[in-house]
Amino acid sequence: MGALTELTIAEARDGLAKGTFSARELAEAHIRAVEAARPLNALITETPERAREMAEASDARRKRGDAGLMEGIPIAVKDLFCTAGVLATAGSHILDGFKPAYESTVTAQLWQAGAVMLGKANMDEFAMGSSNMTSYYGAAENPWRRQGGGDNRPLVPGGSSGGSAALVAARAALGAIGTDTGGSIRQPASFCGVVGLKPTYGRCSRWGIVAFASSLDQAGPMTRTVRDAAIMLRAMAGHDPGDSTSAPVDVPDYEAALTGDVRGLKIGIPKEYRVDGMPAEIEELWRRGMDWLEAAGAEAVEVSLPHTRYALPTYYIIAPAEASSNLARYDGVRYGLRVEGKTPEEMYETTRAEGFGAEVKRRVLIGTYVLSAGYYDAYYLKAQKVRSLIAQDFKDAFESVDLVLTPTAPSAAFPVGEKMDDPIAMYLNDVFTVPASLAGLPGISVPAGLSADGLPLGLQIIGRAFDEETVLRVADVLEKAAGFDARPQFIAGV
Amino acid sequence: MTTIQGKTGEWEVVIGLEIHAQVISAAKLFSGAPTDFGAEANTQVSFVDAAMPGMLPVINEFCVEQAVRTGLGLKAEINLYSVFDRKNYFYPDLPAGYQISQYQQPIVGKGTVYLDLPNGETRAVGITRLHLEQDAGKSLHDQHPDLTYVDLNRCGIALMEIVSEPDLRSAEEAGVYLRKLRSILRYLGTCDGNMEQGSLRCDANVSVRRPGEDYGTRSEIKNVNSIRFVQQAIEYEARRQIELREEGGTVAQETRLFDSRKGVTRLMRTKEEAHDYRYFPDPDLLPLILDKEWVEKIKAGLPELPDEKKARFMADYGLSAYDAGVLVAERETADYYEAVVGGGGGEDRRDPKLVANWVINELFGQLSKAGKSINDIPPERFAGLIDLVVEEKVSARSAKEVLTVMLVTGKDAARIVAEKGLEQVSDAGAIEAAVDRVLTDQADEVAAYKAGKEKLFGFLMGQVMRATQGKASPKLVNEVLRKKLGGK
Repeated sequence: MGALTELTIAEARDGLAKGTFSARELAEAHIRAVEAARPLNALITETPERAREMAEASDARRKRGDAGLMEGIPIAVKDLFCTAGVLATAGSHILDGFKPAYESTVTAQLWQAGAVMLGKANMDEFAMGSSNMTSYYGAAENPWRRQGGGDNRPLVPGGSSGGSAALVAARAALGAIGTDTGGSIRQPASFCGVVGLKPTYGRCSRWGIVAFASSLDQAGPMTRTVRDAAIMLRAMAGHDPGDSTSAPVDVPDYEAALTGDVRGLKIGIPKEYRVDGMPAEIEELWRRGMDWLEAAGAEAVEVSLPHTRYALPTYYIIAPAEASSNLARYDGVRYGLRVEGKTPEEMYETTRAEGFGAEVKRRVLIGTYVLSAGYYDAYYLKAQKVRSLIAQDFKDAFESVDLVLTPTAPSAAFPVGEKMDDPIAMYLNDVFTVPASLAGLPGISVPAGLSADGLPLGLQIIGRAFDEETVLRVADVLEKAAGFDARPQFIAGV
Repeated sequence: MTTIQGKTGEWEVVIGLEIHAQVISAAKLFSGAPTDFGAEANTQVSFVDAAMPGMLPVINEFCVEQAVRTGLGLKAEINLYSVFDRKNYFYPDLPAGYQISQYQQPIVGKGTVYLDLPNGETRAVGITRLHLEQDAGKSLHDQHPDLTYVDLNRCGIALMEIVSEPDLRSAEEAGVYLRKLRSILRYLGTCDGNMEQGSLRCDANVSVRRPGEDYGTRSEIKNVNSIRFVQQAIEYEARRQIELREEGGTVAQETRLFDSRKGVTRLMRTKEEAHDYRYFPDPDLLPLILDKEWVEKIKAGLPELPDEKKARFMADYGLSAYDAGVLVAERETADYYEAVVGGGGGEDRRDPKLVANWVINELFGQLSKAGKSINDIPPERFAGLIDLVVEEKVSARSAKEVLTVMLVTGKDAARIVAEKGLEQVSDAGAIEAAVDRVLTDQADEVAAYKAGKEKLFGFLMGQVMRATQGKASPKLVNEVLRKKLGGK
């Protein structure tokens, strides 16, 4: 039997269907890979026993003839999702010991579809970060290393869904779920050479996902192929009456959308995304992306998204504002960490001082500030107005084009420990992903090439709201044209 | 104009009230948890109420309907587009660290409540707005020397905050307003108005000014839980502010608490200490958009409200404004009254004025003395007593006694009359005999009467009634007595 950990989800699905291997065997291979992947610190909690139970139940279901969309597929779950009875940390000290009694809608749907849980993946604390370095549980590492004999320090996997991306890249999971608020799926996917899809806001339920910025948070799949992302998304998506912001729209068969035919599609190239200081190799990759799609029959058209340059500052007002309120519930009263005090006020202060890391505190402070009396209009309200303009930019662009093609991130993965003293430089990681987040649009990062020192680089495709089908169709063509087959230096699966 | 006399002249008190009315609903505003009062601590709490990570609010449509119904009952504008905001502050009984409320775009806008003042005037009081919000839980600081206990049962229950314009001018008017508002809410079935259980709470904004001046600086008295206390708090606060100003001081904009034991208001926090609630639209909830037809349907289903009912009672039953007002204050009472009148308003109905008299003056009095309610005496049974009075089978005086017995035994009026031998005596011979006896026994008074002291007729009449144990027909006694005294 070949390495089960090398399979794509689609291949594993076929192998399971044919009976070439069982879900239990597939799970065991991944449980071993998860153990082997420990040097990456990509999981906060491993759940091997649960994986075995779920795999056995999956085999039993298959025997009965009722296999689901994700039947027997072992995946990792970002530790922002609540899964019943399993520690949920959100990468934070403040949730110490918190085991939810409930299951998030997205994970419940995945288990319903037959998926098998390998564990809870490391992440930036409360999903605030682009490096995975803000995790209370320590930085996760990127399985890729720079080549060429120079600087060979460990690299960040990106963030905040860094653990999820690292596990998929290192062949420790066939897929993983992440969440994306300003690029938290797409940027780590780019850094780790995997596919990461942020669906339209409202496509997947947020119920049971620890909230960072409620108007932006969206769950999505992280996989090794576009097809796998299509398979996973179908299992994750759908209207949930428990989430008032989830959209009452039908979930199509995304895999069926992968026709390979992109002829006649117009691909917008936003001129404002040519930012100062972007490495030439990324610019070059972007151009190649256009060429590939044109070669496949699409047409590249320059478009303007004039308010792009305001996206990052807008995001860093809205997201912290919502976060400052969302994180108020971590007060030591009902769950998680409590540091005693003489008065309730003192308990809040000591608990939150000890429980939150520096980046979370920074954002809570920013958010509190921008919502304060006297500043609300100048910051929060203005940011909301700019957000509407950014959304309008995309609407206008989609009058003339079907999709927008951009780089995913302005750089390849950087060494662990860098940029931590410069939050602005860190925030710049999200410069290409944040606009689609603010507009609530679907975006996918597809690994498209390598940097000069051998690190993966992704291209991003942004589509119309709830048109993940076209996004996936084009991503599939881009993926095939790019023929990305490089492998990280660290492979956990054997 | 109502004014208060200070040492240096007259002052006008300006009052606006903010009412927190608990919505009658089996489930909370944003969670499916039940709302039962008095349940064991922390048994009516969902994951949403406890603000567990990842939990999301979902609006309870029935609570929205109740708010719309209330808005319609207050003759207010219904905003078809409204927004839920987060009001951020830390408190142990506020699990999320924010209360979901409505700030700039409430579900209900301007409305009006009409007050019947004791002097007979009608006063329109403006309603500024009504919005929906969540209640907080309860912090118990007195259960343990160092610990605070938290009960989240109340947390997340739907409240309507109803804000009035500063249109009230005395503590008395504030009381009338509160009673009227409570009456409307009860008619609508949107709040039980039970202040002891905390389902109706009141904040009072109080300021004073010289007549004709602009509004003075106001203080806010928080969370007063009875109408009497609201009135006491306003009286005290107005006096305090007047004294302060007359002594050359200035009133500070501040929040105060009413100490019901001492009858005083005390500083809770100054303007500088006021919270910055950092309101912003709750991103977990979409704007609330109402369908106009849905609102119209609710409007069509509204019950007859106190003002309309009062007008109808005056027009159809010929009642005085006062009597009608008393009867319609509670829907139950009004319904009871109409049940006693009976006849569907047609010719078979009982004399509406007579019934009103008996219900208001006799029934209410005896019920309150006996610590009972109208639920203890079915309207048909009370109507039976009225019928005996009308048919002159029992005198008014005896009828009161019958009612007393009825409240204790629950027996029918006719049976009580029979058992107690209280039938009215209409036998002219018997009455004449009684009159003759009295005229003989009271010869002096008869002489005085005949000499011109006509007031003594009433005395003599009373003596005859007494001699017949109140059973004689007063009409007959009157006739016979007049005849025998010389036909005056």
